[in-house]
Amino acid sequence: MHFDTPLACRSGAQLDAYDLMYETYGTLNAAKTNAVLVCHALNASHHVAGYYAADPKNVGWWDNMIGPGKPLDTDRFFVIGVNNPGGCFGSTGPASINPKTGKAYGSSFPVITVEDWVVAQARLADRLGITRFAAVMGGSLGAMQALQWAIAYPERIANAVVVAAAPKLSAQNIAFNEVARQAITTDPDFHGGDYYAYNVLPRRGLRLARMIGHITYLSDDAMMEKFGRSLRSGTINFHFDVDFEVESYLRYQGDKFSEYFDANTYLLITRALDYFDPAGACDDDLARALAPAKARFLVASFTSDWRFAPERSREIVKALLDNRADVCYAEIDAPHGHDAFLLDDARYHALVRAYFENVARDCAIAGVADR
Amino acid sequence: MNTSLPVPAIAGRADLEAIAAWVAPGASVLDLGCGEGLLLNYLKQSREVRGYGIEISDANVLACVKNSVNVIQSDLEAGLAGFDAGSFDYVILSQTLQAMRHTEEIIMEMLRVGRQGIVSFPNFGYWPQRVQIMRGRMPLSDILPYLWYNTPNVHLCTLADFEDFCATHGVRILERIVMQGERRIRFAPNLRGSVAVYRFERI
Repeated sequence: MHFDTPLACRSGAQLDAYDLMYETYGTLNAAKTNAVLVCHALNASHHVAGYYAADPKNVGWWDNMIGPGKPLDTDRFFVIGVNNPGGCFGSTGPASINPKTGKAYGSSFPVITVEDWVVAQARLADRLGITRFAAVMGGSLGAMQALQWAIAYPERIANAVVVAAAPKLSAQNIAFNEVARQAITTDPDFHGGDYYAYNVLPRRGLRLARMIGHITYLSDDAMMEKFGRSLRSGTINFHFDVDFEVESYLRYQGDKFSEYFDANTYLLITRALDYFDPAGACDDDLARALAPAKARFLVASFTSDWRFAPERSREIVKALLDNRADVCYAEIDAPHGHDAFLLDDARYHALVRAYFENVARDCAIAGVADR
Repeated sequence: MNTSLPVPAIAGRADLEAIAAWVAPGASVLDLGCGEGLLLNYLKQSREVRGYGIEISDANVLACVKNSVNVIQSDLEAGLAGFDAGSFDYVILSQTLQAMRHTEEIIMEMLRVGRQGIVSFPNFGYWPQRVQIMRGRMPLSDILPYLWYNTPNVHLCTLADFEDFCATHGVRILERIVMQGERRIRFAPNLRGSVAVYRFERI
């Protein structure tokens, strides 16, 4: 969908016009009360569930959660997945052609923030005629967008489903992002971000960035369980090529990722993570930052997540509690680390399912009241 | 009050009905070990109370979500560090005190976070239990249904014990209700009562 109204970014820069790639599932009811926005995290897209007839292997990134009869049931809800501006899955991003110059935006693409994304998402909702979402849902960086929705558009969101979240990054989180960015920007093929003109891609950097990221998504236990110290060829070879299975896995993940993801988008998204800090504008008082929120909240964290540990979610819960907001908080005992939010876990899915049962009931009531 | 008058129960939990009657309409309540959110749901609907429950069990957290009750999954034994002093009107601990390891700490925490505390617990001094002990056996009853080797109860007490505790810990008892089943007991409560409910504050 094309937007002609400029997007004024938090940085002061602006995106004059842009396209947003989105997908929808299910049917919007007549009262338009059953819409759920699903926000993506670092490396995902608008393709949240299902697969395309022409490409049955390309399954949506949250397909175990979203679909007919699933915890977020598309038989009842109208689900929207959107690729954020700055992305590389069809929405306007650094690899898109800037109509002013006829060349790829590259390094000239505005440094975009979570706040900017949410404004863009709200405009998409306007176009689709959705004045109020039954829920906005996301994990990790997606959860930050759900929080921002609750703060920026309190009247337009009935529920916020905030999974594996943090109210802002820690110094360690930023440090990991910085290493990832350095890997990209020091790749000789990066060319200051304008590599498109040279017909090259900073693949080595992006590959490294992905490898680092991947380590932070998994718990030590999960990695040990999955790979242990297993050797590729059954023996150590006294060289620096792959000996251990975990090395092979990381290389494979890195290679795969560098084939389809845009390095500039990776830079932008890690920066969006770094800069998100709603409490920052309120003397570091998260409760004050969340004071405008009127939504009900479901907050869920995972015990083995060390990237956004349960303590980080508890900060959010405490702030909501200080505001006497409605909140359910579950700390799910799962071994997989940060990635647990994408995995199939019976307790986790039962919780989300139960929560959406209530959302369905409540938005049906709202639907009657609307008439 | 007429002791033969039955107290209306919340799904058979007469102690919860007593607790609910003490909570002022519109108050803020923190229910420690809230189970499936029975009391909070009742308080929300009958008294417009702003309530939150704390639960450790996955099944109970899920049940609270199903009941549309605010719940925070957390371990009470770790204290209430995430809650500010004086942030609730009432902090309630129903039928959980006897199963807590850190009994002293949790009562002090209740009075730090809440303006008043409310507890209910099985009275170990209830006469059928005394009889069983006199016969040389651990008590087994409706209110203490566990065998000695698999009981969650680690800190059982009598009414007299609890009142001593309050006297020595700077806790002022504001109100007490003692029950046997759904009947209120006024005469010889430490002998005849099976469940006690107390409302208290800091001196």
